[in-house]
Amino acid sequence: MKNKIILGALLLFFAFCFLVLFKALNNSSIYVPPKKTEKILKNFNSEDLFSENKISSDKIFVDSEFYAINIWSSWCVPCREEHPKLMELSKNTSLKLIGLNYKDNPKNAKKFIKEFGNPYFMILTDKNGIISIDLGAVGVPETFIINKDKRIIKRFLGSLSEKSLKEINLILK
Amino acid sequence: MLASQIGYYSLIFGLIFSILIIPISIKNFKNNQIIDSKIFSLSFFQLFFVLISFFALIISFINSDFSNETVFNNSHSTKPLFYKISGTWGNHEGSLLLWLLVLTFFIFLFLIKSKNEPKKYRILTLLFQQIIIIGFFLFLLKTSNPFNYLFPIPKEGLGLNPILQDPALAIHPPILYLGYVGSSIIFSSSLAAVVEKYISKAWAKHIKVWILASWIFLTLGIMLGSIWAYYELGWGGFWFWDPVENVSLMPWFCLTALLHCILVLEKRLLLSSWTVILSIATFMLSMSGTFLVRSGILNSVHTFANDPERGIFILIFLFILIFFSLVIFFVFHKENNQEIVKNYWLSKETAILFNNWFLMYFLSVVLIGTVYPIFLEVLSSEKISVGPPFYHKLIIPFLIPFLIFMSIGPNLNWIKSEVKKIKIQTILLFVISLLISLLILRKIGFVGLVNTILILAAFYLFLVTVKDFFLKKFKNYSQNFSHFGFSLLILSILFNSILSSEVITNLKVGEKFSFREETIIFESIKNIENKNYKSVVGYFTVKDKQNNSIQLKPELRIYNQPVIITSEADIKTTLFSDKFLVMNLVKDNEYFNVRYQVKPFMIWIWISTILLAIGGILSLFKRSYEK
Repeated sequence: MKNKIILGALLLFFAFCFLVLFKALNNSSIYVPPKKTEKILKNFNSEDLFSENKISSDKIFVDSEFYAINIWSSWCVPCREEHPKLMELSKNTSLKLIGLNYKDNPKNAKKFIKEFGNPYFMILTDKNGIISIDLGAVGVPETFIINKDKRIIKRFLGSLSEKSLKEINLILK
Repeated sequence: MLASQIGYYSLIFGLIFSILIIPISIKNFKNNQIIDSKIFSLSFFQLFFVLISFFALIISFINSDFSNETVFNNSHSTKPLFYKISGTWGNHEGSLLLWLLVLTFFIFLFLIKSKNEPKKYRILTLLFQQIIIIGFFLFLLKTSNPFNYLFPIPKEGLGLNPILQDPALAIHPPILYLGYVGSSIIFSSSLAAVVEKYISKAWAKHIKVWILASWIFLTLGIMLGSIWAYYELGWGGFWFWDPVENVSLMPWFCLTALLHCILVLEKRLLLSSWTVILSIATFMLSMSGTFLVRSGILNSVHTFANDPERGIFILIFLFILIFFSLVIFFVFHKENNQEIVKNYWLSKETAILFNNWFLMYFLSVVLIGTVYPIFLEVLSSEKISVGPPFYHKLIIPFLIPFLIFMSIGPNLNWIKSEVKKIKIQTILLFVISLLISLLILRKIGFVGLVNTILILAAFYLFLVTVKDFFLKKFKNYSQNFSHFGFSLLILSILFNSILSSEVITNLKVGEKFSFREETIIFESIKNIENKNYKSVVGYFTVKDKQNNSIQLKPELRIYNQPVIITSEADIKTTLFSDKFLVMNLVKDNEYFNVRYQVKPFMIWIWISTILLAIGGILSLFKRSYEK
């Protein structure tokens, strides 16, 4: 009898632990590196994906309140999941969305855009990945929000979520 | 590509074999007198297919086959071969495959090595172990398949985290897992022994080998992790009470307690329930460790990718095992009451019991410090972080009686000791250690009451073990070795933390800085290109009063894939102290942030841990335990 009570109490205790840990799992937070000081976007040269014209970044980052650089690639799986979010983001007119096509085959990249739609104002190519490295990117996809003074004010690692879209909209207001 | 497919299908074959073992062993359990040879071959094939799958993953890593998602996420074509291979288990999927490999290997080994044990007990152990193995198979295949296929095939991988590119870390997970998984055998076998009413002196003798082996691996695994933190993370310490470190320390406390109380069971047939509880708890703590680390519930230096689905799977699995083992324990376990044994206060078993209480206390401190923040956040959404002061305040004072019991206990007899016998030598050694401590304190100055007594207690243990080593003619040398190693460990940690000194300053090339009796000169910097990173090397000279100078060359590494900057500390190790220098970039400036530390007796921390483990190894090879 005594044993049964102890067993019951223990089982209850562990059930409680289970519930707490179960709940903790759902609000677990992903580690994000501490925010670096705001960085100013350096000028860079690149090529337009479709026209293959050489273009300098100071020609692009003019006449808009905000810009976003989205690093993507046709071989990147999370980019596919992210794409609908970008389509949604592109509807916002106060933001110029610029795609940076990272280490990709232009043919595949064009096919990707044809298949899923083009959310970008312009797509630049980054064949050897140097532009992304200069930006301080750690992986694909990654999105940088830049204001009119060419300051990087926000950075999203990985694919954009509903939450990140809300955050962007808050910034744009 | 081919390798991935072979790997995936052999995993499925492995799962089929492990499921097949269950009905066959149940049938065998009821019928025959001997174990069916089919069970051996099935268990062998289970191991064989997991092994193939593991090799397939290694081959995918070596070939940089980026059609495999795990390889894509964790490797890069410019990585050195050694780190491509170690990348296999440096990630979530691969490390779980390694878990599974060790699980299947150990149960096969258990079957071969336990020929003299009762048949039903062996089969039950196998059955319990199969439940764990199948759980891990499902976990691997369902939520963390290491062989996911990517299309279109990426040209380049995302790279292994550069802080994981370190030789100590390359072997740290496998060794630690051998310890963790070894505890699974202890778990299954103690449950089987409970069901079969086989908790006896013979069982204790047989399972002791497994306990020792797991303990040795766990000790070495923790040490390697700590070495990695010291040399690679460049924070200038070896233990940070980081949740992931704690998670490996908790089963260690439990296993150490078990290691001692299995001796009591073996000699005196006492503490049988307690032994079973410890066996269960050790494995549960190892599993919780995996859960806490892999689910991403904790934020720590080990930033593993996290996926709530995985966490939920391990959580459910863990609690099923807990419920299952509790029910078995309460339904089947009967305390062994056949011979009424008398217990005296002054005896070895009492000393071991005290040792167990202290270990349980340390365990609860670490457990609460690790888990309490999670509970608090859920229950009251308040965020707290528990840091080193908490652990130090609660653990250090209690090390004193712990050390004293460690020095007295081994010299007591089983059953009953005479008070008279211990006195003279004990007092003599106590006086000597008191003198030594006083001498040291005069040299370094007063360090606080607790530290003073702790130094005294540690020296006492040190002297007692040295004395026993020579006077007892190596009678119980393995225990002696370990206790000696432990006293050395406490002493080196103590002096290390008391005598360490540190200076942080900003320097540019050509500048000097004086610190205590030393001068640090920043001579020059140099840029070097390497295969997968660029590095900036700073050349420093440290001169002391006698004009002896040493060169220190800390490094900043800029890895290309993914782009991560790490600072590599340069450490000059001597027997007496480590000199540690690390530099960091100061933003937009020609100045570098320089941190210089002198850490006495650093290398003795590793040496004493190795001694501790050697004691265990010696005990493995010792045929019979002292009378």
